[in-house]
Amino acid sequence: MIYDKNISHQKTTCFHCGDECTTNKKISIGEKYFCCNGCKTVYEILNENDLCEYYELNASPGIEQKNTIRKDKFEFLDNLEIKQKLIQFTDNKTTQVIFYLPQIHCSSCLWLLESINIVDKGIIKATVNFTKKELFITYNEADTSLRKVVETLTKIGYEPHLSLQDIDSKEANKTDRTRWYKIGVAGFCFANIMMVSIADYVSINNPVEYKIKIFFSLLCVVLSLPVLFYAANEFFIAAWNGIKNKYLNIDFPVALALVITFTRSIYELSTGTGNGYLDSMSGIVFFMLIGRWLQSRTYKSISFDRDYKSFFPIALNVINNGKITPTEISQVKKNDIIQVYSNDIIPVDAILSKGNAKIDYSFVSGESLPIHINKGELIYAGGKQLDGLLELIVLKEASQSYLTNLWNNATFTKKQKTKATIYDLIGKYFTYVVLAIGFGSGLFWYMLGEKTLMWNAITTVLIVACPCALLLSQNYTNGNILRIFGLNKFYLRAADVIDDISKINHIVLDKTGTITETKNATIKYTGNQLSEENKITIASLANQSSHPASKLIVDFLNISNLHHVDNYKETEGAGIEGWINEQHIKIGSKNYVGGEYFSTNNGTKVVVYIDGKILGEFIISNVYRIGISELIQGLKKRFKISLISGDNDSELKNIKNILGDNSEILFNQSPQQKLDYIKYLQNGLLQKVMMIGDGLNDAGALKQSEVGIAVADTKNSFTPSSDGVIDASVLPKLNVFIQLAQAGKNIIFLTFCISAIYNIIGLYFAVQGILSPVIAAILMPCSSISIILLTYGLTEMYARKLHLNK
Amino acid sequence: MSVIIILLLVSISIAGGFLIAFFWSVNDGQYDDDTSPAQRILFDNKKINTNKK
Repeated sequence: MIYDKNISHQKTTCFHCGDECTTNKKISIGEKYFCCNGCKTVYEILNENDLCEYYELNASPGIEQKNTIRKDKFEFLDNLEIKQKLIQFTDNKTTQVIFYLPQIHCSSCLWLLESINIVDKGIIKATVNFTKKELFITYNEADTSLRKVVETLTKIGYEPHLSLQDIDSKEANKTDRTRWYKIGVAGFCFANIMMVSIADYVSINNPVEYKIKIFFSLLCVVLSLPVLFYAANEFFIAAWNGIKNKYLNIDFPVALALVITFTRSIYELSTGTGNGYLDSMSGIVFFMLIGRWLQSRTYKSISFDRDYKSFFPIALNVINNGKITPTEISQVKKNDIIQVYSNDIIPVDAILSKGNAKIDYSFVSGESLPIHINKGELIYAGGKQLDGLLELIVLKEASQSYLTNLWNNATFTKKQKTKATIYDLIGKYFTYVVLAIGFGSGLFWYMLGEKTLMWNAITTVLIVACPCALLLSQNYTNGNILRIFGLNKFYLRAADVIDDISKINHIVLDKTGTITETKNATIKYTGNQLSEENKITIASLANQSSHPASKLIVDFLNISNLHHVDNYKETEGAGIEGWINEQHIKIGSKNYVGGEYFSTNNGTKVVVYIDGKILGEFIISNVYRIGISELIQGLKKRFKISLISGDNDSELKNIKNILGDNSEILFNQSPQQKLDYIKYLQNGLLQKVMMIGDGLNDAGALKQSEVGIAVADTKNSFTPSSDGVIDASVLPKLNVFIQLAQAGKNIIFLTFCISAIYNIIGLYFAVQGILSPVIAAILMPCSSISIILLTYGLTEMYARKLHLNK
Repeated sequence: MSVIIILLLVSISIAGGFLIAFFWSVNDGQYDDDTSPAQRILFDNKKINTNKK
């Protein structure tokens, strides 16, 4: 395994972003060093505006600015139609707009962004929502414009993420606060009913006055109404939806128990035969709502539903009779001529008409090296131009491009079915058993002629056996596991994913960007020692070519005084040759140069030939993520592993070494083939599949698999739609995460057994028809609280055992 | 003993007041973002900011 990047010699880090300063030329202001001019510029702007407190709050809080942003990139924001779609509100004097800034990560960001009105005086107010990574801006139309605001943000290093997806679904972005209201109502009613009821419970020997008792009862009923009809309505809705789809889910017995508890209590209170169970009922609802809240606290700042639209730019520059107009993508038609700049993603299938195209398809197809495209050749949507300005003729509109077609696949269009979880299954049998016990004991008392006891028995059995404990243990365990995962930079879409993770038995990995790093390739030289003169010669020749391998060689040799090359010739896909100082030099594949490879190493090899002699070769190979080999060794013991890649098979040997012989390894796979492979595993081999990938080319497979996990390199990188997002730095911990998910299942089972003991105690009284509200009022909080404590304690304990606690 | 009814009503209306205060705070968005206010409080007030919130 090769870990070294062979690039840096010094260890200075950038004052702005903390990255290592790797360039030879020192970029500095006084004692402060920067990794790139972009970072330096940001510092200068902040310094000018007296905003350097940014650097005092946190060390190196900035975001690296290596990609320079061209001046007119945001010209399209002057277009009224596009602007209308992006802003929230305007009265032509002031405008409100919300930007999504994935770069927000620390208190410095917060401070700087909220002080942005110092840089742009036209901004009236800026408020950050850290949880959602959003910036809410109100600005004055007279003093500034949307374009200027975006440019200011970009200038200080926070380029807003503007995407088509935001445009199309602005409404879905509302915060749902109903759960808070419900918890408030349930808590309020629960506490007050409890207070009133306790007076009743403790006055057994000294009964309260009749008038007061009536008042107490009325108060309890009034307070319980909002609990039943408002706070608990989601249980009834879920139960009803289950019945409509002809299956009993876990909410059904809960809803049933709530209804019976309520009617039974009303009956007892109105006939004066007892105190009712309204306190237990509202308590249960309160605890269950908190449990659901814990479980649903997912990550608002991470979007799990991205499709191709959020990767595409909003607008393109269309050239019409020599005039350049920024045009919204949906308006770009076939045969339009468009301009594409460096680092832009090309959103349409198009033919190259002008410029030097070097397209990085790694995100779309998984190919690790950029591709050189000649004039007249086709460029597919999703590729990223790396070098210079291009002019393209649109062949297919964005909505019909090759890449977009993947989303029309059935996997994406089919609605997600409501999955019956294991808990729903338990809930179903639970209902049957409880009904059987209830009616069994009812029948028993009916035989003995005890009519009142019969009703007592039936109702109290149903009350006491409510599977709330199961719901509680599931919600609290999953909620805590989600939290622990989140602390470890592994973010799940929802709590059911934990259940899915615990069931998988086959893991499919993508190569580029998943087990290898996308950006870095290592380059090594083996063979005869290269003299300084040789190095200059090789670098001079390689410098003539725009092939990525040549670029790597030039960077690797790091030569500044290059020689002139005569008779330079490049043979596409083979190699280059030329004459330097009367020496004939060739570099390229072995067939091109004529010779054999020196080593049996893996990777792309470039042989060097100078004046009739083969000197050695450069080996370019992918950089594997640190810890990947160990991770796969660990996973191999428990799961089947496959690797499926869109790249060529130059790395086959390295991968074979890591994965071993029993794993299937497939190369040159299209996105559709990846999806089909997952389908084959599921339907043909009945496997439960976890897919781990990173690019759009994995999107289909991620969606099709039981659990699709996307790997994100940095916090701001964009991941395709998935069930979970894992930070690349913690990918080696995946095995541990799976173990915790499985432990979670055991914890739920264990706590469920414990709650069953409480239930059996309750049932013991219930079947005899003597369960009093006092016993219920003691058992209920005991069981709920002990379950909450146990689930929390056990998940924490497991997390500590697996070293996931910080 | 009937004074207990009055006491109970008083206590519930006080609790109700807190419930309304809670609703108010939820409605105001205090529970939407639990990170930024916690950090904002640590900043020195030297910034020339007209923000009230």
